[in-house]
Order: sequence, then structure tokens, then C-alpha cells
Amino acid sequence: MDMFGGINPAVLIASLMAASVPIMLAAIGELVVEKSGVLNLGVEGMMIMGAVCGFVTAVGTGSAVLGFLGGAAGAMAMALVFAVLTQVLLANQVATGLALTLFGLGLSSLIGQGYVGIKPPPTGAVPFGPLADIPVIGRILFSHDPIVYLSIAAIAAVWAVLRFTRTGLILRAVGESHDAAHALGYKVTRIRVLAILFGGAMAGLGGAYVSLVRVPQWTDGITSGAGWIALAIVVFAAWKPWRVLIGAYLFGGITVLQLNLQAAGARIPVEYLSMSPYLITILVLVLMSADRARAAMNAPAALGKNFHASR
Amino acid sequence: MNRRTLLAGVAMGLALTTGGAAQAQMDKVKACFVYVGPIGDGGWTYQHHQGLLAVEAAYGDKVETAYQESVPEGADAERVLTQMALSGCNIIFTTSFGYMDATNSVAAKFPDVKFEHATGYKRESPNVAVYDARFYEGRAVIGTIAGRMTKSNKIGYIASFPIPEVIQGINSSFIHARKVNPDVTISVVWAYTWFDPAKEADAAKALIEQGVDVILQHTDSTAPLAEAAKTPGVIGFGQASDMAAYKPSPRVASIIDNWAPYYVKRVGMLLDGTWESTASWEGIAAGEVEIGEITDAVPAEVKAEAEAIRDAIAAGTYHPFTGPLNKQDGSAWLAEGEVAEDGVLAGMNFYVEGITGDIPQ
Repeated sequence: MDMFGGINPAVLIASLMAASVPIMLAAIGELVVEKSGVLNLGVEGMMIMGAVCGFVTAVGTGSAVLGFLGGAAGAMAMALVFAVLTQVLLANQVATGLALTLFGLGLSSLIGQGYVGIKPPPTGAVPFGPLADIPVIGRILFSHDPIVYLSIAAIAAVWAVLRFTRTGLILRAVGESHDAAHALGYKVTRIRVLAILFGGAMAGLGGAYVSLVRVPQWTDGITSGAGWIALAIVVFAAWKPWRVLIGAYLFGGITVLQLNLQAAGARIPVEYLSMSPYLITILVLVLMSADRARAAMNAPAALGKNFHASR
Repeated sequence: MNRRTLLAGVAMGLALTTGGAAQAQMDKVKACFVYVGPIGDGGWTYQHHQGLLAVEAAYGDKVETAYQESVPEGADAERVLTQMALSGCNIIFTTSFGYMDATNSVAAKFPDVKFEHATGYKRESPNVAVYDARFYEGRAVIGTIAGRMTKSNKIGYIASFPIPEVIQGINSSFIHARKVNPDVTISVVWAYTWFDPAKEADAAKALIEQGVDVILQHTDSTAPLAEAAKTPGVIGFGQASDMAAYKPSPRVASIIDNWAPYYVKRVGMLLDGTWESTASWEGIAAGEVEIGEITDAVPAEVKAEAEAIRDAIAAGTYHPFTGPLNKQDGSAWLAEGEVAEDGVLAGMNFYVEGITGDIPQ
């Protein structure tokens, strides 16, 4: 049953699925935001606000479900600040996004002051009963908490909406050419604000997953850069939902695999193992952008450009 | 001068070298601290901040304190230190290894300000002192508990960076686990971070999946304990702070860094004009390294055994690195009864015999 140096592949795959959830949720949210033509670099700030608001809500109410909702709401509030600044006041998106991250890191630390060393209510696995006992498959598919399934469902839903629905078509139109969409009578600003809020909610869920499930506790700086990895995965995925899933699993998988290889005493130098997730991300980005025309075609044409109706 | 005679009785870990001449007494001291993480990390920085609070409590209005959290190790640190020196700090404690060069470079420009650098070894000006704690003494105690408590005979170690302090910890833990349990093996996972809760949790999870049932950590967050709590039968130890939230299990004991005695002593020396550039390396005996409460999850006889080692180290009758000990490649290191020299420990870059795997270079 054990392959490569005493690591059980079923256990490994189950682990990487859980480890990838925060970056996957944040990345699929950011994909929708970027598809609408907005570049929000504040993912890290929204995630950590989601982590702290989720934690505070869960501890206060004693319910993990409410915790996740609180996390989504907290990050949405951050996203709303970004939306007002960039869509109403037409501030520079890159600068505002960076500021949002710094603001989020500081504010989360302030909110979390009294919550260090407290344990949140547990989030259990979904009870699949006998299904979980199926060898290999049971461990991989039926041993997770609800958020793991939610993250995969979110990928499928975003893919379906963007591809098959009128809503998705409008969203993409706004992201490709806001002037054309505006000329057709679509409310560009309103659509973008809604997309930004959706992105915030997803980042918040991802952050709450970190503080409620993956590390069940609150400490300052708990997300430690996951938001930036999510941003990279959106580019890596060439703005395609299923590739976000692949990117998140690849990154999470290599991270989990390198730790498992170390724990199993693999005879590979540790430096290479630790570097590998980042190295492979860079490698794939290079390979993808080698074909310059195709890489550029996939980015929404109006990405990062502010829209003003008078033009 | 009473204090001076009193302090002369305190056993100094390393040879003292006299730096600057004694200065005049001061009526009021401004003591400043530079932290590598947030004071809410529940570990390393939290403990340094407890030391700051102890200084305030000890000297009341004779002392003024200031601190800055989460200062990156590197060029940024130099800017922060310069600002502190300009803003009237009389003594500045830089509490992480990575501040070493910044501390020495700023100290050269401000000869009237005293600098104290934690865990480093460079003292380029007479106004720089260094201090460290013998964490490996604590590791000897919890290594004993780990060796006795493991059922799978596999213990795991979440290591941060391959620096001597961490390697001392791995060796000391392993030597004492093996001493009480000849079948024990140790798996080391290098996280390459001091503080990354998600990564630390993943590392703990990977170890548990490999059959490890006792986890020792050399990183600063409580995440490995939270991960251990998810699996019945897996135990861990508080690191730097007591991490009492995870009592009685998975946290069965802890190594506590208590910087308060040193900080109070050094600020006091500045007040009465006896501050000198020293290299201090204290351990359990001076109260700088403490073992937190060993909980009831540990059988009484194991607890007694661990406490006996702690007390022997405190009394100076036992050194964790006492021969016979070989290096990993089987070459002789310490003969029967021989004790490791501080110089060798301070530059430790090898595993002892019995540990598999390589130290990243």
C-alpha cells in the first residue's frame, strides 16, 4: 500500500485536499474579481480579516458554521472598502489593494488581541457513514469537513456561471471592455462591486478555514502569505476555474509532499524539498508565459483599468 | 556597590570580557526592545515582552520602556534601531539572531547607547553585549519524557533553520530519548520559518501521518499542539511559552524562556553604573530556562525521572552533552565522562550518532 518511501498516497491526497482549501477559495474569488476587470491585491488582508472575524464569531457563538459566515462577512466588509475606493472614488487599484493588505494585517491583530490561546469550536468531518470506510477512495473522497467540498463546488459553480449563463457573459463583457458593456446599458460599476464582494466572501471563507480548521487557533499573521499565493494561482490558471483547482492542488500537494518526504526520511536534500512548491509555481508561470500571445489573450482586457461613465 | 558584589556571586555562563569602563550612575533609564514577531505569538516574542513587563515592575518610574513588534531581520532593523537610538533609548535589546549585523553597525554610531543582542556572537564595539539561553538543557528534560512516552518509538522534531541553537536542541532531545528508550528514532522536518502557523500545522500533520506520536517543536506558534490535539495519543510540548491552553494533553510539559531575570539585571546595572559588555549564556540554573508543569498525562515515575534530570542540570552535577558520544558518522566526539565545550556547542553543525538524515547546509 505504501509507495515512495513509506508515504501512503491515499493519506497524502487527503492531506493535500485539506491543505489547498484556503488558497483555492481565495483564488476562485479573485478570479471572479479579475474577470470583471478589477485587480484586487488585497487578498491577503481580506483573508486574515476573514480568519480573525471567523474566529471571533465562532468563539462568541460556539458555532463553527456561524464562524465561517462571520469570516465571510468580515472579509466582505474589507472588500466593500476596496470597492468604494476604487469603483466610486476611482483610486488606483494596485495601491489600494496593497494598502488593504497592510490595513487588514494591522486591524486583524487589533481585533484578535484578546483571543490568543483560545480554542474555537471544532468543525467535524461530514458523516458519510460506511462510505468513509471504503479503502483508499473513502479516505480520499469521504473523510473531509464540509468546507473542502464547498471549495470544489465553488470552482464548479464559477466555471458553470462564467461559461453557460447570461450573468457570466455580462461579467466577462465588463472585464473585457467596460465601455462596450456600458454602451449596451450594463451597470459596470454595480457589477464590479458585486464581483469584488464575492471575492471578499471567498477570501474570508479561506481565511476562516485557516483559523478554524487548519490551525484551530488565533495568532497574529496566521495566514502568512496565503493570499499572495492565491493571486499567483489566478495567473497560473490563466483565469480558468478548473485550472485554479489544479494550481491549488499542485501547490498544496507539493507543500504537503515535501513535509511528508522529510518526515519519512527521504534522501533528498531538504533545501530542494522546501523550495519545490515555489520553484514549480515559477516554472509553470514561465512555461505559460513563453507563448506571449496566448498568455496575454487570457487576461481580461480591462484588468486594472478604472471606469468612468462620462467617457 | 552592594549590587556588584551580589552579582559577582551569580555564575556567569561564559567568560566575561571587560568592555567599556564603568559609567556614572543614572537616575532614569529608557529601555527599548526590538521584536521579530508579534507579542501575541504565544511563544518567543511573547516571552521577551514578559521580560519588558518585569523590568517595568522592578524599577517603576526609574525606567521608561518602548518596543516595536514584527521588525524584519535585515535593513529595516537598522532603521528601527537608529530611530530608537535617536529617540533617547539608553539600552536597546534586539531579540532575534537576524539582528546581529544591524545591531553592531548601529552600535558603532551611538557609543553612548548600550546594545544587547540575543542569541548572537558578534560584539564589535564595547557598547554591545550578547546574551543567550541554554535551551538544550530544557530539551534534555523533555527528550527524556518523549523517549518514555512514545509507543511507536518514533518522535518528531519540527525544526526552523539549520543553525547551531536548533541542532543543539535536536541532538539533546535525541540523546536523552535514546538514553531511556534504545529503540527510539527521530524524524526531523525543516520548516524554514520561525513562525508560520499553517506550515507548522502541516509539518506536525506530516509527522503524525508517518507514525510519530511525540512532537517536539523549535518553531514559535502553538499550531503543532493544535494539530496534535486532533489525534488521540499524540503529545507535544510548549515551546518558549508554557502554552498552557493545551494542558493536560497534548501539551504534557514545556520549555519556558524566562528572560526577566536577565533584563532586570542588565537594566539595574545600567542604573547603578556597572554595565559592561558581556556574553551571557545561562540555563536552568539561573532560571532563564524553565520547565513548565509536567501534567498528569505523564506517569509519575516518568515525571520524577524528568525532574531529576532538571534538578541535576540546575545543580551543575549533570551536563546534557556528556560522553561517551559519537558524531553521526561514527567518529568519536566526547570520551566517557567528557563534557562538551561551549565553543563547540555554539558552532554545532553535526548530528550525534543514531540520527538519520542530513543537516541542510
